[in-house]
Amino acid sequence: MTVAETPIPETMAEPAAEPGEPAKPKDILIINYSGELEKVWATMLLASTAGAMGMTCRVFVTFWGLQNFVKDERRITGQNWMQKMLSFMSRPGISHRKLSKMNFLGMGPWMMGKLAKQYKNPSPKELLEVAQSMGVEFIPCQMTLEMFGLTRDDLIDGMAEPVGAATVLGLMSEGSAPLFI
Amino acid sequence: MATVPVDLTVDARGLNCPMPIVRTAQAVKGLAAGQTVEVIATDPGSVKDFAAWSKTTGNEIVEQTADGGEFHFVLRKK
Repeated sequence: MTVAETPIPETMAEPAAEPGEPAKPKDILIINYSGELEKVWATMLLASTAGAMGMTCRVFVTFWGLQNFVKDERRITGQNWMQKMLSFMSRPGISHRKLSKMNFLGMGPWMMGKLAKQYKNPSPKELLEVAQSMGVEFIPCQMTLEMFGLTRDDLIDGMAEPVGAATVLGLMSEGSAPLFI
Repeated sequence: MATVPVDLTVDARGLNCPMPIVRTAQAVKGLAAGQTVEVIATDPGSVKDFAAWSKTTGNEIVEQTADGGEFHFVLRKK
């Protein structure tokens, strides 16, 4: 067989996108692992913007990230004394996040909130609401949900069914761009 | 001001990233294909952000002007 007769491999034979036609945006998969204010802020900012860009965006919520998605008015969560003590020492809810540095017993987050208002930057809570309205899916992690003794009722409304690591890895292998925050 | 007819105006003055894009996306949702929306923003980052948004969503920027710290965009829904 001569070179000219060699069939073009299928992956290379794919036709180029029509000029002027926008490239199909890649799906975004954010793994929200952290519970600090600045990290939940970044998560919500990217998620809401992805929603506004018409991208399919999913946020897998695990470990400390789960605390961001507990209803603000919940104070103590958990089934046993250890889980209850965890929530007592670190108050759950998106409006009660601490900074990883310069927290100063809440002075840091309070000043951040003031600055954000002054510069008309939306708060993580506002961005979360925007993201949900733009179709961003928030998926809790089944395993950590149980470990922290959280129930579906502890979490904010509109969250997806809890899943495990295999689902997340499956989405990545299908081409979702992953972000670990 | 816009020189083409607009169906809707989004006043995003004073809003910062990502709110001009978010407000626009929310407004565009309610429009039919081919309808236009005018956006007025003061966020200097919005110039590049709207270019990226347009490229990703396919909604076309029909007009773009800058006037004393205000940025005007007219966008047509795909």
